[in-house]
Amino acid sequence: MNEINPPQAAEYLRFLPEIILIVAGALLMVLEGVTTTPAQKRRLGYFALAAIAAAMLGGVAANNNSGQAFHRMLTVDGYGTFFRELVLGVGFFCLLSSFEYLRREGAETGEFYALVLFSLVGQCILATANDLLMVFIGLEVSSIASYILAGFLRGDRRNNESALKYFLLGSFATAFLLYGMAWIYGILGSTNIDDIHNVLSGTDRIVPLPLIGMAAALTFVGFAFKVSAAPFQSWAPDVYQGAPAPVSAFLSAGPKAAAFAVFFRVFMTGFGPINGRWVPLVWACALLTMIIGNFAALAQTNVKRLLAYSSIAHAGYILVALTADSQVGMAAMMFYLASYGLMNVGVFAVINHVANRHEKFVHISDFAGLGKREPATAALLTVFVLSLIGVPLTGGFFAKFYVFRAALDSHLIWLTVLGLLNSAVAAYYYLKILAAVYMQEPGEATSTLQPLEPGLRLTIWATALGTLLLGIFPSALIGFVSNSAATVLGKLGP
Amino acid sequence: MTTVSPLHYLIVSAVLLVIGTLGVLLRRNIVVILMSIELILNAVNINLVAFSHLHRQVNGQAFVLFVMAVAVAEAAVGLGILIALFRNRGTVLADEMDLLKW
Repeated sequence: MNEINPPQAAEYLRFLPEIILIVAGALLMVLEGVTTTPAQKRRLGYFALAAIAAAMLGGVAANNNSGQAFHRMLTVDGYGTFFRELVLGVGFFCLLSSFEYLRREGAETGEFYALVLFSLVGQCILATANDLLMVFIGLEVSSIASYILAGFLRGDRRNNESALKYFLLGSFATAFLLYGMAWIYGILGSTNIDDIHNVLSGTDRIVPLPLIGMAAALTFVGFAFKVSAAPFQSWAPDVYQGAPAPVSAFLSAGPKAAAFAVFFRVFMTGFGPINGRWVPLVWACALLTMIIGNFAALAQTNVKRLLAYSSIAHAGYILVALTADSQVGMAAMMFYLASYGLMNVGVFAVINHVANRHEKFVHISDFAGLGKREPATAALLTVFVLSLIGVPLTGGFFAKFYVFRAALDSHLIWLTVLGLLNSAVAAYYYLKILAAVYMQEPGEATSTLQPLEPGLRLTIWATALGTLLLGIFPSALIGFVSNSAATVLGKLGP
Repeated sequence: MTTVSPLHYLIVSAVLLVIGTLGVLLRRNIVVILMSIELILNAVNINLVAFSHLHRQVNGQAFVLFVMAVAVAEAAVGLGILIALFRNRGTVLADEMDLLKW
């Protein structure tokens, strides 16, 4: 064991986004006790937004000072920074779109904002984790706050049930993940991802491969659950349907991106040397996830549930990138999650707008006539839906394009063909939403629509703009993510 | 008297894992499901301490401390969620949670 050195100032700087979020979150919990009026509570929300913005700047500062921190527990590199900024961005817009929702439900409290910040702390840790211990802590910090957020409206039965299902299945999956981690530690003698890579790729030590394969499979179960991949996807529809709309947006984009970040880092770097063992498993999982997500979505009438299945299907496409097991695949995954985060937060913000009090209007038929009542909102919704389908000129198109190109580069012909067929199926259920928006007369939901609240308006416009920018100028982002992926995989050597 | 080897610990841990998993999958009462999850976490802890001893390191034991702290936080949140649900529904049976179905 190397001797214990106290952390250097540079190491704290690399941890700056998390520090800012933790301090702001703790402060919010205290301030919550001394604020009483809704206007004061709203100010707490603005404070939380400012904290997230500060953490994003902190992330940039950390990236300018990249390297490892705290005895190789964290690695701050382009990859980690990308995911930090992504989850913080998702958190920012979900918070912005939650103000109106909380006001409508009479539930404006500082706790909500603090919980979002704490969940973001966990996700930021996941983005930079370089040790299985940090993976576990990040996952739990993110999840425990998310469980509470999913059931935030305590008096609402759907919220209760959503939180309970998320909690039970989530902690069950985490327990399996931990069991796998314990075995990895037992066999390899370390929980550090770099060490795992070195031991597995070294020839000087005999590693019992069936045992390490079993341990890797157990961690795979845990990660597959967190990203809602089949056959561990059954929680996602119930949770997204039952949780408050801004929380569903948050859960479907933020924790998922962070979980994918760590999933790819652990499997492509740590378990990279034994990829022959896990790639076939991921292949089957990717195919199953795409099929279950897309075909189950066909029968849905509740928009939130439909988007949950769509989110499962998107997880399947991203797993195709993991199956490719290449630098191109990793870059494709990063691009995919960025565009997915933008369009999903956007589409949930539109749902939030239409849903009204107690989420009375969340069926596809409730969107009838939105094109007549609010042409601008309907047009932006169209952008998100077309992007979810993967139509050119939107971010969703290039996301799918890069993923399937990475798959072809790795000679995954069948997976690519089946994936493309799947996205054709997906067009049907997405277009059902657009058909309701433009081809039906306004119903009760759209006739009683309140004017678009500024926070929601900003969220919808900004995410739509981002979706279009990624669709028209993908090269700016793809350059950055390719470099980041090359750094992650390159530092390991051949 | 036979000596206790690391293998014995691993077997106990595996047995706990199986009991915990069966408990989660078969029991209806959510409180019992929660207890079963805790059993799995304890299986993990036994494993980690045994391996830590085997490797002559303290890393595994440090890991256990984190697992225990997090498990407590998780159980607290879980029971809180369960109480909120019990107040609204008057039941703690898992198969009666059927509001969210298609």
